[in-house]
Amino acid sequence: MSVAAAPLDRRAYIRDVSARTLRRRQIRGGVYTTLCGLALLIALVPIVAIIGYTVSQGIGAWSVQFFTHLPTPSGIPGGGISNALIGSLIIDGLASLMALPVGIIVALFLSEQRNAVAGAVRFIVDVAAGLPAITIGLFAYAIVVVPQGHFSAFSASVALAVLMLPVVIRAGEGAIRSVPPDLWEAGIALGVRRARVARTVILPAALPGLITASLLAISRAVGEAAPLLFTAIGSTFLVTNLARPMASLPLVIYLDGIQAYPDLQRTAWGTALTLLVIVVLLNLGARLLARRMRRYTR
Amino acid sequence: MAEASRATGPRRFALGDAAYRRALQLAGLLVFGIFLAVGVSLFLQAWPAFQHSGISFITGSTWDPNSATYGALPFIVGTLLTSVIALIIAVPVGIGAAIFLSEYAPRSISTVLGALVELLAAVPSVVYGLWGLLVLAPWFASTIEPRMTWLPFAHGPTLGVGLFLASVILATMVLPTIVAITRDLMNAVQPSAREAVLGLGGTRWQVVRHAIIPTVRTGMIGGVVLALGRALGETMAVTFVIGNSNVIPHSLLGPTQTLASLIANEFTEATEPFHAASLIAAAVLLLAIAVLVNVAARALVWSVSREVSELV
Repeated sequence: MSVAAAPLDRRAYIRDVSARTLRRRQIRGGVYTTLCGLALLIALVPIVAIIGYTVSQGIGAWSVQFFTHLPTPSGIPGGGISNALIGSLIIDGLASLMALPVGIIVALFLSEQRNAVAGAVRFIVDVAAGLPAITIGLFAYAIVVVPQGHFSAFSASVALAVLMLPVVIRAGEGAIRSVPPDLWEAGIALGVRRARVARTVILPAALPGLITASLLAISRAVGEAAPLLFTAIGSTFLVTNLARPMASLPLVIYLDGIQAYPDLQRTAWGTALTLLVIVVLLNLGARLLARRMRRYTR
Repeated sequence: MAEASRATGPRRFALGDAAYRRALQLAGLLVFGIFLAVGVSLFLQAWPAFQHSGISFITGSTWDPNSATYGALPFIVGTLLTSVIALIIAVPVGIGAAIFLSEYAPRSISTVLGALVELLAAVPSVVYGLWGLLVLAPWFASTIEPRMTWLPFAHGPTLGVGLFLASVILATMVLPTIVAITRDLMNAVQPSAREAVLGLGGTRWQVVRHAIIPTVRTGMIGGVVLALGRALGETMAVTFVIGNSNVIPHSLLGPTQTLASLIANEFTEATEPFHAASLIAAAVLLLAIAVLVNVAARALVWSVSREVSELV
C-alpha cells in the first residue's frame, strides 16, 4: 500500500535495492549450498574407500579352501577360516537364542504398559544401548569366566546377548507400536484375553518388523570383537564345545590384522570381506522387511 | 489370578490378563536387573583397585603394573582428546551433509546417498581398525602428517598411528549417527516454517538458516552428544591405530592410549597384583562417563521427539 503510494523514483530505488540484496542473498546461499554438497562428498569418501579396499584386498584371499580349511601358521599356505565361521555361527546363534525372545517380550511389555516399571525399563534400555561393548565383555568375564575358571564360547554368547538386548527391544517396540491399535481393540472387544491377542494378532502382524529388529541386533553382534577378547578369546582349532575357547570372524580380523606377516594380513582382509558381506546382507534384509512392514500397515 | 484363569472359552496357553501383565513386567524387570548387574558387578570387581590406588587412580599419570602403580590419567585424557577431535572433524561434515540431503538433494538421490552414509554405521569396528592400520597409517605417515607439522601441538616423528589417526577413524565412525539424526530432525520440521520464510522472499539457504536450524538445534546437539558417547567407548578401531603407549600425548601426532584400548591390550595378560582389578576400574570409569553422556544426550533428543530418539 505504502509502496504504491510512494513517488516513482522511490519505487525504483526500492526495486533496485531489493534486486541487489536478492543477488547477495543468492550468492551467499550458493556458497553455503556448495559447502554442504562438499560435506556430503567428504562423508561419502570413507564408505567408498573402506568398501573398495576391503573388496580389492579381500577377494584375493578368497578361495574354496579359505572357507573350508583350518588356519595354518604364518608361512604355511592353504589356511582357512572354517573354524571362525562355525565359531561365529555358534556364538551368535546362542546369543540370539538368549536375547531375541526376551527382547521381544520386553518390547511387548513396553508397548502395552505405561507405568513406572515400564518407564524405568525404557530408560535403562536406552542408556544401555550406548554402553561401550568392552565393558559388557568385562561383565561377561566377571559373571561367567571367573566362576567357571576358564574362557569359553558360552561366556561370549552371554556378552553378545546383553549387547543385542537394547537393539532388539527398541526396534521391536517400534515394530509393535506400528500395528494399528484397531486390531488390538477388535480382539479385546471380542472378549479375547490380552495374552492371546498378543500371540495371535499383534505379534503376527508385527512379524516383519520383529524380524527386522532381530536382524539389526544380529548384525550388531556379529561384527563385535571387543566383548570376545576376554570371553571366547579365539582358537586355531575347530571347536564346537561351548565350554571351550572358540574362534570367531571379528577376532580373526583383530588377531591376524595386528601381525606384521603379509599372509596373516591377507587372511584378515579376506575375513573382513566375509564379515562385511554378512553384515551388509543382514542390513539389506532388515531394510527391505522394514519397507514391506510400512506398506503393510498403511 | 485364579479367578482370571477360570474364565470361559476354549483356551490352551492363554494366561489370565493379570498374570499376563505380571509376566510382561517380570521380563522387563529381568532386563532391568541385567543392566544394573553390569554396573554393580564391574564395580565390585574393581573395588580392590580403587582401595589400592585411592584418588591417585584418577590423578596419577604413571601406569606401571610391575610396581603396582596404577594412575589412569593418561587414558582419561586420551579418551577425551580422541573423541573431542573426532567431533571437531565430524560435526561440520555431518551437519553439512545432512542439510544437503534434506534440503537440496532430490528425494531419490537423497535416499540412496543417505543409505550409503548409514552403511558406514553397519561396518564392524574391526574392519575400520584394519583399514586404519594397513591403509591409512602408512599414508598418514608418509603424506598427510609431514604436512601437518606447522600446526601447534603437531610435532615429533610421523608414525601414522597415534592420536590424530585414531581421531580421524572415530570421526568416520560417528559420522552416520550425526547425519542420520540431523537429517531426520530436519525432515520432521513442519512445512509451515519453511513456507513462512519462502513467503517473505527468503532464499533456500535462508530457509535453512532461519527456519530449519533454530527448530532442530536442541535435537542436533543431542545427536552430537550421542555421537560423543559412541566415540568415547569405541574399542577395536582405536586399539588398532592409537599406538598403544601409556603416556599423556605430548603431540597431536603422538601415540597414546584410551581407557577402552588399554583394557583391550592388557586384560588377558594381567597377572601382576591389582592389574586386572585396575583394568576393570578403568572400565568402571568408562562406564560412568558413557552413562553420563548418554543420559545427557537422551534428555536432549527426548525433549524434541521420541520418534527420533528411536532411530539412535
